[in-house]
Amino acid sequence: MNRQAQAAVLFLVGAAVLHAGATDLYLRYVKAGLRPMLLGAGVVLIAAAVATVWYEMRGRGAPWRKGARAAHGAGYVHEAGHAESGQERAAADADRDGSRHGRTAADADGGGSRHERTAIDADADGHGHGNGNGQTAQDSNGHADGHGHSHREPLVSWLLVLPLLALILVAPPALGSYSALRTGTALQKPLAYPPLGHRDPLPMSLVDYAGRAAYDHGRSLTGRHIRITGFVALDHAGTPYLVRMALNCCAADAQPVKIGLTGRIPPVLRPDGWLEVTGTYTGRRSKDPVNGGVIPFLDVSSAKPVQSPRDPYDESWNN
Amino acid sequence: MTITKAAPPPVDRGDADDRQGARGWQFNSPLVLTMVLLLVVAAQGPVRQALSAPVMQSWMTVFVAVVVQALPFLVLGVLLSAVIAVFVPPTFFARALPKRPALAVPVAGMAGAVLPGCECASVPVAGALVRRGVTPAAALAFLLSAPAINPIVLTATAVAFPNDPRMVVARFVASLLVACAMGWLWQRLGRTDWLRPPSRPAHEGLGKGAAFWGSVRHDVMHAGGFLVVGAMAAATLKAVVPASWLQAAAGNPVVSVLALAVLAVLLSICSEADAFVVASLSQFSLTARLAFLVVGPMIDLKLFAMQVGTFGRGFALRFAPATFALAITVSVLVGTVLL
Repeated sequence: MNRQAQAAVLFLVGAAVLHAGATDLYLRYVKAGLRPMLLGAGVVLIAAAVATVWYEMRGRGAPWRKGARAAHGAGYVHEAGHAESGQERAAADADRDGSRHGRTAADADGGGSRHERTAIDADADGHGHGNGNGQTAQDSNGHADGHGHSHREPLVSWLLVLPLLALILVAPPALGSYSALRTGTALQKPLAYPPLGHRDPLPMSLVDYAGRAAYDHGRSLTGRHIRITGFVALDHAGTPYLVRMALNCCAADAQPVKIGLTGRIPPVLRPDGWLEVTGTYTGRRSKDPVNGGVIPFLDVSSAKPVQSPRDPYDESWNN
Repeated sequence: MTITKAAPPPVDRGDADDRQGARGWQFNSPLVLTMVLLLVVAAQGPVRQALSAPVMQSWMTVFVAVVVQALPFLVLGVLLSAVIAVFVPPTFFARALPKRPALAVPVAGMAGAVLPGCECASVPVAGALVRRGVTPAAALAFLLSAPAINPIVLTATAVAFPNDPRMVVARFVASLLVACAMGWLWQRLGRTDWLRPPSRPAHEGLGKGAAFWGSVRHDVMHAGGFLVVGAMAAATLKAVVPASWLQAAAGNPVVSVLALAVLAVLLSICSEADAFVVASLSQFSLTARLAFLVVGPMIDLKLFAMQVGTFGRGFALRFAPATFALAITVSVLVGTVLL
């Protein structure tokens, strides 16, 4: 990948990160507290892209003016030199400038010069092996493919395009019922049970309810109408669960907290759909088939579908 | 090795990109990049369709999450590394660290406590230290200790284990011990030709600004690519391997330590979050969970890929298994004494 392509990738990745951080998109993947760092990283990446282009234009003043072909040739030789000895910025060096022009002229002749070019690359390779310097896995992949090139900044950097495409084009949704059913409930014993408010029905977080119901025998919950929001997951037997994924850092460490639904459950439940249920505490509980964790139940009196919340994850453990 | 095999569908796609890139070299890479982007945008309908299966969605979410989570810390590490490479004179480290490498190792290990962040930041910084003439043994001790013993990570550990405050002490002691031991081991047995001197633009004859941004660009492109490889592996594990496999391992004390150590390598969770994850695996012994916390920040798939990129394959293939074995041994010893 040459400098211009690198600048483009840096810019696009930076813009994608900025976009995710500026909208609520980032909340699907990481905790809310990461936002300032995300925005900062986006700005730095874009600055790096701009700086790359800026120094490129200045440093390569002469070849640029000689037209596209010269610039291309310069780029090629430049990369080869880089692979050979780790030297860079040959552009600043007047002598090498001269020789490069010579080689660029040879390029224009056609196929013959390509052999010469491959020879240079092969030389660079032999050099690397002779020193016993480890080459990157991607480099050796390139050789297996029979291309015989050795670029330093090359193949593996192209992978940066993947998260870029995933973020911009697909923007995968927050983890849902698929992950929730594959992972055991992560409910932990709460440290304390602060007194609840007096509103009726009482809005509660799903994790708070589950903790009180499972470990406090619902003492603070009896006789209260409770309102909880979460997404629906249906296990193989069709038992409906209301789930909230709890997040510590990013979606890779997200773990579900599940409560079972009983009582007047809506007849049609769509997995991954968000529900706001109102109900009362019930002593019923079951064991999570995955890890044997406690799953408390809620006796539902009414339920209505709602929009997914701004932050789909529960981050209360994080604070 | 296993990394590229761990995630068949995505890596295939990556390879396709790579091959295009290599073949398209005659045209030049910006053109290839533009073509790839245009192609994907044009075909986004079918692409979305193919990715709509729950397992693919979950895979993509975790993949994007790992990258998005790690990128800011990577950028932080890259900036620090560029500052070290461009603005800190080599003489500074010569004065700051003891002359004798045997003493420099523990000092550098302790210095890891001041780098706030996770392991993604420490790889480029350690690379910059080696380039600046710091003895590799000391730089490696720093590389291993920094992600595990900094205040943010230790605080997170304390929060995750409210009933076991000794876990924090055990994590600190075990991580520092492993870091120093690996440093001394490298000083004893390490050969400089295993360590590819991180290929680096020579900055002579350049302005500070050009050198600084050149370093940032180089590190992001390198480490970023390998970060993506690691994120793919971690996403595959999370989305494909059933969690119930873990249950079987928890019963046996030996197997449980090994299982959690291997899990730490495969999951590649950020060291700021690993304590919360392992705290929920309460069916495992505290010693097994300590092994998870000590191994994870020192060696995991993402880190291995990044070490390959920064120090070379010959180095990573030797360094990673040794770190893994030593981290398990020390965790068991420290766990027996402290927990």
